[in-house]
Amino acid sequence: MRRIITATVQNSSGVLNRITGMLSKRAFNIESITVGTTEVEGISKMTFVVEISDTNKIEQLTKQLNKQIDVLKVNDITDKAIVQRELALIKVTSTSASRAEIQGVIEPFRARVLDVSRDSLVIEVTGRPDKIEALIDLLQPYGIKDMTRTGVTAFPRGKQPRQIQEFTMSI
Amino acid sequence: MKTKTETHTQPVEQKLRTGADLFIQSLVEEKVDTVFGYPGGAVLPIYDALYRAEAPFQHILCRHEQGLIHAAEGYARVTGKPGVVIATSGPGATNLITGITDAMMDSLPVVVFTGQVSTAVIGSDAFQEADVIGLTTPITKHNYQVTDIKDLPRIIKAAFHIASTGRPGPVVVDIPKNIAQEITDQTFDTTFSLPGYQPTIKPNPLQIRRLAEALAKAKRPVLLAGAGVHFADASEELMAFAEKYELPVTTTLLGLGSFPGGHELALGMGGMHGSYSANMAIYEADLLINIGARFDDRLTGAIQHFAPDATVAHIDIDPAEIGKNIETKIPVVADAKEALHGLLEIDIDCADHSSWTATAMDNKAHYPFWFERSDDLISPQWLIESIYRETDGHAIVTTDVGQHQMWAAQFYQFDKPHKWVTSGGLGTMGFGLPAAIGAQLGRPEETVVAIVGDGGFQMTMQEMAVLKQYNLPVKVIIVNNEALGMVRQWQEKFYEERYSSSLMTENPDFIKLAEGFGVKGIRVSKEMDVPRAIKEVFSHDGPVLVDARVQKLDKVFPMVAPGKGNHEMIGVKRCEE
Repeated sequence: MRRIITATVQNSSGVLNRITGMLSKRAFNIESITVGTTEVEGISKMTFVVEISDTNKIEQLTKQLNKQIDVLKVNDITDKAIVQRELALIKVTSTSASRAEIQGVIEPFRARVLDVSRDSLVIEVTGRPDKIEALIDLLQPYGIKDMTRTGVTAFPRGKQPRQIQEFTMSI
Repeated sequence: MKTKTETHTQPVEQKLRTGADLFIQSLVEEKVDTVFGYPGGAVLPIYDALYRAEAPFQHILCRHEQGLIHAAEGYARVTGKPGVVIATSGPGATNLITGITDAMMDSLPVVVFTGQVSTAVIGSDAFQEADVIGLTTPITKHNYQVTDIKDLPRIIKAAFHIASTGRPGPVVVDIPKNIAQEITDQTFDTTFSLPGYQPTIKPNPLQIRRLAEALAKAKRPVLLAGAGVHFADASEELMAFAEKYELPVTTTLLGLGSFPGGHELALGMGGMHGSYSANMAIYEADLLINIGARFDDRLTGAIQHFAPDATVAHIDIDPAEIGKNIETKIPVVADAKEALHGLLEIDIDCADHSSWTATAMDNKAHYPFWFERSDDLISPQWLIESIYRETDGHAIVTTDVGQHQMWAAQFYQFDKPHKWVTSGGLGTMGFGLPAAIGAQLGRPEETVVAIVGDGGFQMTMQEMAVLKQYNLPVKVIIVNNEALGMVRQWQEKFYEERYSSSLMTENPDFIKLAEGFGVKGIRVSKEMDVPRAIKEVFSHDGPVLVDARVQKLDKVFPMVAPGKGNHEMIGVKRCEE
């Protein structure tokens, strides 16, 4: 199953290396990691998307993250009400003939064209990963020349519905 | 006039200090009494400061950096205090890697200082540059590179704190040469804040209550004591708890001595080469209370057969160990001593489990560790029993890894904690001799015996020079079967006797070697000569090296074959009294 885990970390040198090293050493399958600063100076937030086989392994992952000296807080927010966003830049082959058509394809996704050249368009799209996947699928037939995705960053919503199952450690 | 000048210059000189001076001062403030070190280019400023400071603590010069780190581990294991290492950059640091990993696996508090090239050339592949932070990140509890002199005292203080609290472990501090050389007149704040590091010491009362309830209901309860009992100094509490409810006690390899081996409730070590009574007690138990052990695979054997009927309770200071390998119903995150205190405060009305305890005792009586004596060549197990008898079981024993290690675990009965120094998790050959050096320095008044194999000894035998230099009366016993015995045993059992590269056909003359180091050497080749040789060894004041020629084909039994459950152990013999 796919889990979204966030970690609040102290922004010390080597913290990213320490965490990714631990993940690879313990054979966790990471789909994406995003890191960025927060509103507090010296504190960064990481968002991991991991593909994990069972709940035991999720617990192990959060515990191993927690064990790192520079990690302040770990949350598995998968089952919470969350907002999650990813950004992708996609360079699509386009001719003057197909340009308008592509424009039509991306419009419902609220994607934008950032750059136009004689034979390509650079498109920016932001949203949930499944929305980005859907757009990529639609753009594939035109020929994707280049693509980069940031990975998911996510947040719990301000208000949580009741009865949310949480993966917290019972200790 | 002259006096006036002196009074004028004196305070200024005192005030101006190098980073290296601050470093020495920090170690003094941590009450460090012994440092294991080896100089080199990047730590020259530190060694100069050490020289100028006129030996504020003893500095032990091992002969290889691997010797330093294992000595620091041995020191830490017997004293409970952090072992301290200084090595230079590049090869100095990389030579420590095995020992740092060993300390990580066995949770030993070690603080390692490595020199580093100057900050201006870091990243340029400078002479003797190695990415120490990158190299040691996966094998340390934490690591630091000092990039500003003002951080140095604070980082050192934090390093000692992290290494020695919670679940102990190695911490590396990488100090670039220019930081050590930099001159300052400032005093720096040493206050550190580690908001992400707050080990849980006190148990959750709810979980203690759940554990007590489980014990009340249990018909077949058993305790498993691991190294966590040693680290928490909880042997007395463990004994009180076991005696209060008459609970049979098994231990892990590293837990040996945390509960007296000679106690009537002691079933000894469980696992791959554990006792029949320990393994069967765990296999048949309906409640397994693990105190400070990490359910290592050498203990559990095939997981599906490990304690199949038991409710598992696990007391550990490291929450990540709970539920990692074995499903755990009752997790108690706490220091072992605190958790046992919590349990001892409750009076638990236990179901009658006397017949269960009696069965365990019966197994213990009828299926002890066994071996066959020979009239001629030395039986290695008997050799170890002889050492046990000669030292009244009071010696500190260190080992490498392999057959001799298992025989020492089986036949040297540990009745006291902090006496058993072995490489458990990593299984490091060459650990025994340097670890004995550290143990002897940490406990100068005690008898220290290094029981090593002929293979492992040759990995770090250069450290014999240290025994001579500091006149450390360590007794080194080479259990010499002219083979990498455990490798050979596996080849015999599982590879149809294809002894690929495991026979040490060209061992050096260990006696001449000892003499070369200025150490007394004794060779003993016949079983009948063992008592006299052992007497001679322990009546000698200084270091001794013994080349004990043991039976070559002896194997360690009982044994759980890889992939098998502990109840399927082979080589169990019933012995009628």
